[in-house]
Amino acid sequence: MTPLLVPLVSGAAVAFWICAPLMVIGALGMVLSRKAVYSALFLALVMVCLAVQYAAQDAPFLFVVQIIVYTGAIMMLFLFVVMLVGVDADESMVEVIKGQRVASLLAAGGLVILLVAALSRTFVSAPVGFDAANAASEGHIQGLAALIFGRYVMAFEATAALLITAAVGAMVLANGERITPRQDQTTRVKARLAGYAATGAHPGPRPSSGVFARHNSIATPAVLPDGTAAPGSISDVLVQRAPTRDASALGAATAAVHREIAAATEGEGER
Amino acid sequence: MSADAYVILAAILFSIGVLGFLVRRNALVLFMSVELMLNSCNLLFVTFARQWGNLDGQVASFFVMVVAAAEVVVGLSIIVAIFRTRRSASVDNANLLKY
Repeated sequence: MTPLLVPLVSGAAVAFWICAPLMVIGALGMVLSRKAVYSALFLALVMVCLAVQYAAQDAPFLFVVQIIVYTGAIMMLFLFVVMLVGVDADESMVEVIKGQRVASLLAAGGLVILLVAALSRTFVSAPVGFDAANAASEGHIQGLAALIFGRYVMAFEATAALLITAAVGAMVLANGERITPRQDQTTRVKARLAGYAATGAHPGPRPSSGVFARHNSIATPAVLPDGTAAPGSISDVLVQRAPTRDASALGAATAAVHREIAAATEGEGER
Repeated sequence: MSADAYVILAAILFSIGVLGFLVRRNALVLFMSVELMLNSCNLLFVTFARQWGNLDGQVASFFVMVVAAAEVVVGLSIIVAIFRTRRSASVDNANLLKY
């Protein structure tokens, strides 16, 4: 039995009553949030709380495995796929099958009533606990290891094969088929020179962005001697995404100094 | 404390997973609902293991986690493959076999 903190309240009970509401809230949040990222984070909350429940139920090995495998690996995989598939891809709220949402709610509500009614008085005795089992195998982890590498060793080997197959399957499925021929250096050079021959486009590298005393970000255009921006000195992606610096404003200070010098030299010429 | 509360919690979580699987259209959220159901069953395994002082339940829970990891890897790569061709993660848009 677990030691009691105060009369009739054990540490496991405290952990249960703190984590169980959080788990239900997290599970409901996972179902109800419209963005897949929020769903994934809510599910991570549920899984961490579940790990605490494992620890409270004398399962330290599963506590660690739950944190590492579920919250660490599986949820991160989910987040990566959410990133690939598009974070802001809201799903449509149109009901494809009429009345499906109401029917689903009724089905889930009926299921929870049925399960709780059937299982709420499952146990008539207090939990046995692992004291006897741990004593028989000189420790909890040793007992689990004896089972995994003893009675269940064939199942364990089968999971090894399953994991390898899953890894190969993921590589095969996630590997995209190439539709256009591969672009290597030779084809790119030929395309550039063909463009030069046809339209006179500059075949060399494009000008770099402007570097000035006050601005050197890649959103700053290079300024030509006549004060205009050098074409191609800013990446097209940056132009589409945000406004870039104005080339005439960049050249304004230089132009002003030139005008001052010109005025001064004119005055000298008169004197 | 009695283990009944854990069983009821697992039942509630399983039902919420069923609800999410039935209601949502996003394939990723459907997968998360399946994971929630698997996790609630794991909680039952651990609860019953402690109730009867028997480590087999914890081993079963461990195997469920391993199989869930393999399932998630393959399932998510199927979602990515479908997204690449259909530009959508909604289960309603994967209807090529229908026509």
